[in-house]
Amino acid sequence: MHDLTFPLRWRVLLLAPALAFFTCFWLLPIARLIQLSGGAHPLATYYAVLTNSRYLASLLATVALSGLVTITTLLLSLIVGLFLVRHRFPARRLLLALLTFPLAFPGVVVGFMVIMLAGRQGLIGAMSLALTGSKWVFAYSMTGLFAGYLYFSIPRVILTVMAAAGKLDGSLEEAARSLGASPWQIMRDIILPALAPALTAAAAICFATSMGAFGTAFTLATDIDVLPMTIYTEFTLNANMVTAAVLSLVLGAVTWAVLAAARNLTGQAAAAAA
Amino acid sequence: MGRAGRGTQFDRAGRGSRGISNAMIKNTMTSPLSTTAPIARPIRLHQPMRFWITLLQALLTALLCAFLIVPMVMSVLAGLTVNYFRGLSSGLTLHWIGTVLSTYSDSVLASLYVAAATLAITLLTGVPAGYALARSQTRLSRLIEEMLVLPIAVPGLASALAILAIYGGFSVFRNSLWFIVVGHVVFTLPFMVRSVAAVCASVDLRTLEEGAASLGASFVQRCLTIVLPNAWPGVLAGALTVVTLSLGEFNLTWMLHTPDTKTLPVGLADAYASMRIEIGSAYTIIFFAITMPLLIAMQMLGVGPGGTVNRKLERNPRAEDPTS
Repeated sequence: MHDLTFPLRWRVLLLAPALAFFTCFWLLPIARLIQLSGGAHPLATYYAVLTNSRYLASLLATVALSGLVTITTLLLSLIVGLFLVRHRFPARRLLLALLTFPLAFPGVVVGFMVIMLAGRQGLIGAMSLALTGSKWVFAYSMTGLFAGYLYFSIPRVILTVMAAAGKLDGSLEEAARSLGASPWQIMRDIILPALAPALTAAAAICFATSMGAFGTAFTLATDIDVLPMTIYTEFTLNANMVTAAVLSLVLGAVTWAVLAAARNLTGQAAAAAA
Repeated sequence: MGRAGRGTQFDRAGRGSRGISNAMIKNTMTSPLSTTAPIARPIRLHQPMRFWITLLQALLTALLCAFLIVPMVMSVLAGLTVNYFRGLSSGLTLHWIGTVLSTYSDSVLASLYVAAATLAITLLTGVPAGYALARSQTRLSRLIEEMLVLPIAVPGLASALAILAIYGGFSVFRNSLWFIVVGHVVFTLPFMVRSVAAVCASVDLRTLEEGAASLGASFVQRCLTIVLPNAWPGVLAGALTVVTLSLGEFNLTWMLHTPDTKTLPVGLADAYASMRIEIGSAYTIIFFAITMPLLIAMQMLGVGPGGTVNRKLERNPRAEDPTS
């Protein structure tokens, strides 16, 4: 449609600075990275890297960890988010404000929070020492990483659940209850279908963030074999740019695909609900 | 397929129960004795169950909140304790904060510079782009929008490697803070663009601008009197998000930094790895002190985690989509 107050010339002019920056400092560099990753024989290089048992194990471990984190986060956040949205109690606003703070923490700070809880001088270690006589220290392992990923995923998903649950039509639930539906039936037939689009989107973000999280693993231990750590080690210690490039492109492709798939799904679901 | 399934299930649950409940209300009005019993019985059955569910929910909520909040409190206390290993009984001190300020002041300042420069560039490039994308509804502009948000769909590590692959050889650029600023702009620009675009799309700028133009307002006049005042909440939300993200950015920065260009989170990683726990904690306190005001401002403005959710604009679907 012809837009009188917004001619093409201005559109191009307004978009040009952002596009120029994006092209110079992201698009071209990524193109160069793709070119680098291929080397002389792109197929052979990718095949060699992806069939290497160490890299494959690292990729699978990362996917498994991120998947587990996503499922756990969704489950916990759903329960807690629904509780927080439906109950009023003293200092609720303060609590909600505190819950949003971890969203702004860099990965390194999240790692430090896990050390505070489960590190050598951590709270869990001190408590277990007093209660059972043995000191539980799990910060510097996959379990610690799991705790760290939960730490930065849960606040985001709780907020998403609360935002979506706040818009639920309460009369549907009342009707179901008056008909004698059990809490489980109400959850399955009313609440979950209504929250599904928001939950799908949140799950995708949670999974993608966990896949690419680097700071947390970096703080906890440099020998945890998750993909971002493997890429970092290949790049800095082994100066193996080609492998680092291949692995980071694979990682980028996976996270992008998950986010795009979720967006297509939720876009359709939202359209269906409207 | 999935969409249709969900939709019908939802409809069935909704319409079905509504219809029957109306029928029941009619029944109760006409003959209360015969119908109240079957309705009341299942409710009584589920009453204790609901109580236990709520109790468990409350417990889990308390536990989860403790998991999130206790470490923050602990690290603040650890940064103020004389000797964390001996505990609070060793006394409170500001000594560690002083140590951090004297050892790491460069990295704190560097982060503030980088955040300011990042904000300036995202404002100059992102605000016009957000406005232009909101105003044009063509397929091409949707494609450009999709493209501009790519850097947040791909892990920072990949973007950083890419920037290094092409610009790592320019040593003057490589050794300056601008190298980090570039990385931060790449990562934060999508948030500014989306935030501005979401707000611009929620007001009918086209009609307003056409009205103004028909009265003889020039492009500059329309920008100053219509576009900017309307886009202002989006610009503000975007700016807060950009600064917060830039101050905390680690994934890209760790790859891009040199010993001369350490930012606050890089210094944090350094302190966690090589300093005693009190110093790491004191440094964390300083990070909290710098970012908390921004977070509180975002809370008060109703800016969500993605930087775009503005409570005043909830009717606009684009502002709610957390993935785009």
